[in-house]
Amino acid sequence: MYVAVKGGERAIENAHRLLANARRGDQSVSEVTLDQISEQLGLAVDRVMSEGSLYDRELAALAIKQARGDLIEAIFLVRAFRATLPRFGASEPVDTGAMRVQRRVSATFKDIPGGQILGPTFDYTHRLLDPSLGQGFVPEVPATAEASTAPTPRVTDILGRDGLIESSPRAEDGASVGDLTREPLNFPADRDLRLQNLARGDEGFLLAMGYSTQRGYGRNHPFVGEIRFGEVEVEFFAEDVGFAVPLGSIELTECQMVNQFKGSATEAPCFTRGYGLAFGQSERKTMSMALVDRALRARELGEDAVAPAQDEEFVMSHSDNVQATGFVEHLKLPHYVDFQSELGLLRKLRKEFAEANAPDAMKEAAE
Amino acid sequence: MNAPAYNFAYLDEQTKRMIRRAILKAIAIPGYQVPFASREMPMPYGWGTGGVQVTAAILGPQDVLKVIDQGSDDTTNAISIRKFFAKTAGVATTTATEDATVIQTRHRIPETSLHANQVLVYQVPIPEPLRFLEPRETETRRMHALAEYGLMHVKLYEDIARFGHIATAYAYPVKVNARYVMDPSPTPKFDNPKMDNCPALQLFGAGREKRIYAIPPYTQVVSLDFEDHPFEPYRFNAPCALCAAENSYLDEIVIDDKGGRMFVCSDTDYCEGRQAAGHHGSLSAAPYKEKAQEGSNG
Amino acid sequence: MTTIAELPPGFVDKVLSAQSTFRSVMDAMARPGSVQRIVPMAGVPGPTMRGTAAIALTLFDHDTPLWLDARMAERSDVVKWLKFHTGAPVVQDSSIASFALISDGAALPPLERFALGTNEYPDRSTTVILQVESLDSGRSFELRGPGIDGVATLQASIRPFDLFERLRFNEALFPRGIDLVLVADDAVVAIPRTTRVVNKGS
Repeated sequence: MYVAVKGGERAIENAHRLLANARRGDQSVSEVTLDQISEQLGLAVDRVMSEGSLYDRELAALAIKQARGDLIEAIFLVRAFRATLPRFGASEPVDTGAMRVQRRVSATFKDIPGGQILGPTFDYTHRLLDPSLGQGFVPEVPATAEASTAPTPRVTDILGRDGLIESSPRAEDGASVGDLTREPLNFPADRDLRLQNLARGDEGFLLAMGYSTQRGYGRNHPFVGEIRFGEVEVEFFAEDVGFAVPLGSIELTECQMVNQFKGSATEAPCFTRGYGLAFGQSERKTMSMALVDRALRARELGEDAVAPAQDEEFVMSHSDNVQATGFVEHLKLPHYVDFQSELGLLRKLRKEFAEANAPDAMKEAAE
Repeated sequence: MNAPAYNFAYLDEQTKRMIRRAILKAIAIPGYQVPFASREMPMPYGWGTGGVQVTAAILGPQDVLKVIDQGSDDTTNAISIRKFFAKTAGVATTTATEDATVIQTRHRIPETSLHANQVLVYQVPIPEPLRFLEPRETETRRMHALAEYGLMHVKLYEDIARFGHIATAYAYPVKVNARYVMDPSPTPKFDNPKMDNCPALQLFGAGREKRIYAIPPYTQVVSLDFEDHPFEPYRFNAPCALCAAENSYLDEIVIDDKGGRMFVCSDTDYCEGRQAAGHHGSLSAAPYKEKAQEGSNG
Repeated sequence: MTTIAELPPGFVDKVLSAQSTFRSVMDAMARPGSVQRIVPMAGVPGPTMRGTAAIALTLFDHDTPLWLDARMAERSDVVKWLKFHTGAPVVQDSSIASFALISDGAALPPLERFALGTNEYPDRSTTVILQVESLDSGRSFELRGPGIDGVATLQASIRPFDLFERLRFNEALFPRGIDLVLVADDAVVAIPRTTRVVNKGS
């Protein structure tokens, strides 16, 4: 006697209870708070905000906690919430030239107006596990100084004054900025949509893609013109009042890559640009993004698009980790109906194969 | 913190309007994939987000919803989606095919014939039937524009040359209204004939790939084939072990590690209905009842 | 000068009225020639019929450029009502319109002037909403095509009289083409581009 398995609903409820318990872990250990996540796992929060496309530290911290530290799951939680929010419009472009800089480095010039500012960075730390962090570590007070009011012009602007780098392509006045969360994406896609896709894209995917360009798959000779991290003001142009209203400040990382020059019979050679921007402190992400952005500009710069990182359909269709993880993980859903169909076909083909080969086999046996 | 507040059937009205416009164009151009700005849903891409968005855009309080996965109302993902709509839209739900006004499905078409007051919503993973022959959207879009489907015929013909048969067992491509080649979603090809001249409206939603397409009622749907190799639906040749049905699609169930197998209807509502009507197969457990309470856990 | 306070209202229950209206329009589009009823009530400015107003509230928004025929466009109350309740931008160029509202069928412009879509994107075409006198009496038409079990008959009193002759260009254009929604008071009939209509006389 056979009874089909039922009770899926109860099984789901039980699984969710197990998840809640596994998330909490040993209850004799104190529970992690959102403040702790936001303050002490700040770079994880930054990544979730960037790839989740929502600047909200508290929600991102909540998502990380709910996701048990699985950042792609946390990004997914933030995205699903974001999709339900009303959209009032696009902000004015932020002015990263006026950023209150906490860190700023250039690899192209030894010194630059405003100076090189190392700021909080893993760079030059020796990667030795530090047992003191496990035992209530209190850091030394860092050296401080008056915030400098000296301007920190962007390195690309300095190069641009001499015409050494292509001017940043400008949109037509009044042209609306594309939004791939509101309109279906078509190919070929313009740079606004490509940059949006990359900004939301998976850090690991972009890292691998950017790395591949360095190893020769679409090489574009990059120099870090500048990476800067700090606070910028966000303003929104309110039609009712007729001027831009400040909304507050956010932390951003911006990377401007200076790439191999181009030129032609009619154009003087100049460097080209690759651009990366992310919420919070996200240097690996913005550098990778800038490399891939430059690679994806192959078409408009008249280069042969032969490498994966130069292939806009390939990159843009596979960069999103929420899409990717959903489809990869959906393979664990039941497929027994289609599998059964495949099984039936395979059995038939094998039977026919056996029949077709049977006389030969018998002949051989007789010999 | 911004506390979430959700609309009827989850989606906001602007999103519903966008999806509704896409559905109307999809119906007007049978088999053509209308691009739409698919939203992030509170379930993963690949788990029915397209179907869920289509259902959310059409569902009203007077509807009766049925959700199946692999033909069954009780698979975990079907339960999860059914509960989602019961919660966000407060609609009545059913497992009875006949009673439903909207049926969302993954990988099957119910055995019970659909009627004119029903909408069948398919969850679609890869809407583009030409995708595995040509990965580029720019190329496949051109092929559809020109109705240039030679590549598909070459693929099917290569199957015949190699295996003696068209080696596609599910997601078997169809031609809709003699124009667009369409992916029926990964339904077994057994279900293909049910799409042809169907009294119900059939809507297809692909969330991750951001496409909606449709087959209006009473529309010609032909499975691609060759004169000398006509389309053949596949069904394992046995009656259902529970309800003795001879014409339903069967799941194969492994019952021991010594090669023991049984075959039962994949459409659980159909099978239960037949058993309730007194049809019994060789292994039926009449009267049909839920497995013991303690028998399940996460 | 009409102020916003004087404008006829939109739907009382936006969410459920839009859903109900959409299902009527979807059923109409899925079953060409069948007469569907629009139940929810909304204000009806100027020459706008009940069904037209409900469809506008259901399907139009900022993303749908809208073209109005002269009789609609010259009525500031109609334009203001549409703008206020739907936000749809009213455009002069009919070839970029997502929707067109026609209250005076006799002045229907040549259909080629609307967006017909492209072979790659045939969905980018205008849905023409045409107000007619009656969808239950008048001349008889026979309809064939997807959505129709054999033949459907429609009795309607429609201007322009040669509407379905003009619509025949859909056959050669396919997959490009014009989708038509006919409205008479609260009754709706859709004629998508796949439907072939034959005049059976009166």
